Amino acid sequence: MYDIKALYEATSVQDACRLLTEHPEAQVIAGGSDVLVQVREGKRAGKELVSIYMLDEMRGVSIDDKENIRIGSLTSFSNITKNPIIQEKIGVLGEAVNMIGGPQVRAIGTIGGNTCNGVTSADSASTLHAWEAIIEITGPDGVRCTPIKDFYIKAGTVDLRLGEIQTAILIPKESYDNCFGHYIKYGKRNALEIANIGCSVNVRLSDDKKKFDRVRIAYGVAGPVPMRVPTAEEFINGKAVNKKNVEQFASLVLKDINPRDSWRGGKAFRQHMAVEMAKRALIESVKKAGGEVK
Amino acid sequence: MSMDNRYPAPDNKVIGKPYPRLDAHDKAIGRTKYTDDLCDKGALCTRILHSTVANGIVKSIDTSEAEKIPGVVAVFTCFDCEKNYFPTPGHPWSVEPSHQDVADRLVLTDHPLYYGDDIAAVVAEDEIAAAQAIRVLKDKVEYEELPFVLDVFDAMKEDAPLLHPDYPGNVMAHTTIRQGNYEEAIKEKGLTRVEGWYEVPTVQHCHIENFECFAYGEGDDRYVCVTSTQIPHIVRRCIGQALGMDWGKFRVIKPYVGGGFGNKQDTLYEPLCVWLSMKLGGRLVKIDVPREETFVNNRVRHGERFHIISYLRKDGTFAARKYEAWADQGAYSSHGHAIAAKGLNAFPQLYPCDNIEGDAWTVYTNKPVAGAMRGYGMPQASYAMEAAADDCARAIGMDPLEFKRKNLMPVGFVHEFSHNELYSDTFNQCFDKGGATIGYEKKFKEYSKPQTGDIRRGIGVATYWYNTAVYPIALETSSCRMVLNQDGSVQVQLAETEIGQGADTVAAQMTADTIGLSLDKVHTVSCQDTDITPFGTGVYASRGTYTLGFSVRKTAEAMKRKILEYAYELTRMPDYIMDIVDNNIIRKTDGRVLISMKELATTALYSRDHSVHLTSEETAHIKSNAYSFGCCFAEVEVDIPMCRVRLLNIVNVHDCGQLINPALAEAQVHGGQSMGIGYALSEKLLFDEKTGRPLNNNLLDYKLSSFMDHPRLVGDFVENYEPTSAYGTKGLGEPPVCPVAPAIRAAVAQATGCFINELPLSPDVLYKNFVETGLIQEEGGED
Amino acid sequence: MSERQYKTVHFTLNGKPVEKNVDVRASLTDMLRNDYRMTSVKKGCEVGECGACTVIINGEAFDSCIYLAVWAEGKEITTLEGLLGPNGELSDIQQAFIDETAIQCGFCSPGFILSAWEILNTGKEYTDEELRKLLSGHLCRCTGYENIFRAVKKTMLRRLGKEAEAEKVDKQGIVDKKERVPFASLDPTVQA
Repeated sequence: MYDIKALYEATSVQDACRLLTEHPEAQVIAGGSDVLVQVREGKRAGKELVSIYMLDEMRGVSIDDKENIRIGSLTSFSNITKNPIIQEKIGVLGEAVNMIGGPQVRAIGTIGGNTCNGVTSADSASTLHAWEAIIEITGPDGVRCTPIKDFYIKAGTVDLRLGEIQTAILIPKESYDNCFGHYIKYGKRNALEIANIGCSVNVRLSDDKKKFDRVRIAYGVAGPVPMRVPTAEEFINGKAVNKKNVEQFASLVLKDINPRDSWRGGKAFRQHMAVEMAKRALIESVKKAGGEVK
Repeated sequence: MSMDNRYPAPDNKVIGKPYPRLDAHDKAIGRTKYTDDLCDKGALCTRILHSTVANGIVKSIDTSEAEKIPGVVAVFTCFDCEKNYFPTPGHPWSVEPSHQDVADRLVLTDHPLYYGDDIAAVVAEDEIAAAQAIRVLKDKVEYEELPFVLDVFDAMKEDAPLLHPDYPGNVMAHTTIRQGNYEEAIKEKGLTRVEGWYEVPTVQHCHIENFECFAYGEGDDRYVCVTSTQIPHIVRRCIGQALGMDWGKFRVIKPYVGGGFGNKQDTLYEPLCVWLSMKLGGRLVKIDVPREETFVNNRVRHGERFHIISYLRKDGTFAARKYEAWADQGAYSSHGHAIAAKGLNAFPQLYPCDNIEGDAWTVYTNKPVAGAMRGYGMPQASYAMEAAADDCARAIGMDPLEFKRKNLMPVGFVHEFSHNELYSDTFNQCFDKGGATIGYEKKFKEYSKPQTGDIRRGIGVATYWYNTAVYPIALETSSCRMVLNQDGSVQVQLAETEIGQGADTVAAQMTADTIGLSLDKVHTVSCQDTDITPFGTGVYASRGTYTLGFSVRKTAEAMKRKILEYAYELTRMPDYIMDIVDNNIIRKTDGRVLISMKELATTALYSRDHSVHLTSEETAHIKSNAYSFGCCFAEVEVDIPMCRVRLLNIVNVHDCGQLINPALAEAQVHGGQSMGIGYALSEKLLFDEKTGRPLNNNLLDYKLSSFMDHPRLVGDFVENYEPTSAYGTKGLGEPPVCPVAPAIRAAVAQATGCFINELPLSPDVLYKNFVETGLIQEEGGED
Repeated sequence: MSERQYKTVHFTLNGKPVEKNVDVRASLTDMLRNDYRMTSVKKGCEVGECGACTVIINGEAFDSCIYLAVWAEGKEITTLEGLLGPNGELSDIQQAFIDETAIQCGFCSPGFILSAWEILNTGKEYTDEELRKLLSGHLCRCTGYENIFRAVKKTMLRRLGKEAEAEKVDKQGIVDKKERVPFASLDPTVQA
């Protein structure tokens, strides 16, 4: 039994916005794999909840008329991994969310929930940062969109205003077209793990696969919120695909990241891993893009 | 009446067969009843208020607001209970006061000694109301905070806060072993000195069923407690002690248990639960411990530090050795010094040496209470002893396995105190068998060559010392009752509890074998009830199969005798000419079936000439113990920059005597290996140094190994019939966990050159060691 | 007590349409255990880590402890009790768990069997690594997962008519791979 003061079940997106406006203290619950755990811990006990879980209209992956990928916020991790569009165009996202918890958690957990809780360790978040995702938010006054980096305000806080819910995550065509990525989740065991540090890289190579056309890299748990590392990106864009450049790129991530010391992992340890992961994720990405780091 | 004096045990071909567990079917369809499944849904719920200081005095608790919460039935605090100090460990009681366990627990305490100690309890109509009341109460406690200490060495300092006034320096116990003359022996010329400090962490059992119990009044001032325990008769005694009442006033019922591993070899919340029910006029009260509290408020495995010094001769033999161990007891005594003492006791036996100085201390700290856990001190000590052995071999440039074979306890070794004897060449047989399976020689040679690159491999082997049961330290007793049913089947009752290990099944196999029945004609009464079950102390110390074997054999033989005596009345054949084979009474001279068991049993009960209910009941007081040895081989691949160990292969080989059920035995080995893998690579309970608060007391942050962290597990046996044993068998429940961590440590050492002296070999520990040895460069990152 | 909020949910439980007026605060575990006495649904952590409470919802395994009972509306839910045939016959995977000694204390078994059942129902042949990943949402402290792995793999192979291969599963304990594998991620990617 959960200590829930009242449960309001939304019947549509508009209904959800109305309920949230009427109950400004209420917490949105999507899959509940985070919210219910917090209710049980006492952190969110005795609060009103607005459940959007039954809103099937917010599920599914599609391609819109501008060829952007649109992922409904309630799409579960398992459905993202299984989705053919994801597999074809942005496979790394399916791979990243396939490392969350275990299969049962991936069945209930939603990509919207994973990003709306604003935590730095969320496995989808670094990849979505690396692919410059656009967050679609629906509120009482309609729909607005914001780049994911602006959506994260600080640890645990995202840009959702009164009456608003996140309804979709968009990956623009320009962002995914001809790009190939790799995600490394670092943990102490191989399943049921929270990222000790996570690194997502994607590359677009030149036609001859010899040059980095565009490289993007983002981390989870390298700072209070998921983050890109611009210094390393700027360095490598336009450079030749070779081992030296990859190593230089990897060591440059330290210019931007700022992991903290905690009992889950020390700062120096995380910095070391961040460099090693940048290197390996980039090499893997190049491989997926049909190139080779020599 | 003459029973054949058969040796080995009688063979009706039921023993030694891999029968499925008796309880497997019900468990496979989900109808097996564990404690929570039996509790009426109308039970009152309990939540416990845990202290938020690691050491302090509770000055006051204002309960008024909590009591007003709708659904709250009552709030009881430490000020409501009498100061009846009681012991908790699942040791047999001793009638000699000097051998009794330390009584230092109260159902609720006004002097919390660790962060999370039990200071009050809320009983409510539902779990939400109880939890709400606890949240309110948290801020209503006034403490006088006292300094606390989390580290054993700090706790032994002169100025350290004293947890228990009767134990200066916080030393619960210090025992020693002196053999020969260490100081003289180390003066021998040409010795190599090898010294090491080793450290193992606090870990937890993590049985998947959390502890739960419920209690209610019955009849005139009696109370029933249904509880997830390994030791119902001991729990009854402890409840009596806790409440200052006659032990017979309490009835303890043990349903199926979802894993124990020693945590449930302790009295946990049963006394509190009964006390709450009593306070509420015998109402049904349950305490279901949430997972987070299981980590903190049940028991943990002792963290331990070791210091071992060895003096070696050039030929690879020991001239003298020194062993020191410090066990972290946590706040209360529980099983106490028995754990550290077991390791100390093992030291001069595993690698005998003429000149030994050994010391073991058990030290109180302001941390969760350490108690029994699978291996009872030997996973800790085995890690240190085997790491030290590997370090010795390396220091003198000897092959580690050769070094071990040369120095291990020889065949014929007799331990003076316990009279244990090593009857067979167990160590070498296990090494040979396991080594052949994993391909040790070849791989060891290959991985010994200089390795470069990020990914390197290694292989290691380790052994351990273990024995079976608790003789001669404590009482060993087992009682059994058998009842013949109308259809010729037999019920068996024992106090050795089924907790997942398969006790019910092996008891049935032994019974069937000895009487001459097929397995389906034996029904083990699985669940214990102290009002009904014959007296016994439960399961622990890997004693179940060994000790119940004695009482089962004695009782089954008595039953068989009675059956044959009755058969004489029906067949007029002398009983000594008859036997029972395959559920029939046969004539031994020609094998003719004289009467079926079914016919005999029906006649015995319903005959108008001579009706008799055939039952037998015997107690076996056991005055023996048996060595139980084996080994583990582990092969690893280490990704050095990523500080990750991948376990490639693991093989354990054990000699637990004759196997009663090879399939169940193999499964026991797998479970031990798994617990050992977690111990070696990932498990550690962490505490905040500033407050003593546990940090990772949940299944996400506490890293017991998942399905993806294991390779295939290989468990194998050499079977040397154990002569002291009723069925030639000996301990297996705990041994498999003992050699795993040191084997993995040796493998990682071969792969990386880093001989790491702490557990777990988790990424942060590997990182530290790899930086120290220059395998990886520390990042000079900017802030 | 503040006013209790109830809702009537309609769903299919083990093939049978049912409806229940539930407290909205109840988890699916609470409802199945308390209202339907489905004792196979176990509580081990209540936060979706151990997998003991696993049930199948619309063909997919879920942790019922972190699933609100009211969300059962319109769903098809299967618990371990639902795997038995009309006369109490065991399913092949239940029989395999018994035969392979994949059960010890039994507390994780119902959840494991249900996940295995879901995996096997895909009719696919998975690699060992894939099987491990697909089963990784359950913790077990008794078996080291070894015999559970054998039970699932053997049943998978038998369903695919590969009896001879199934017989070999026990003997595959030692794996000697020449290739050294760098850590490229937390776990191999499995598209299941």
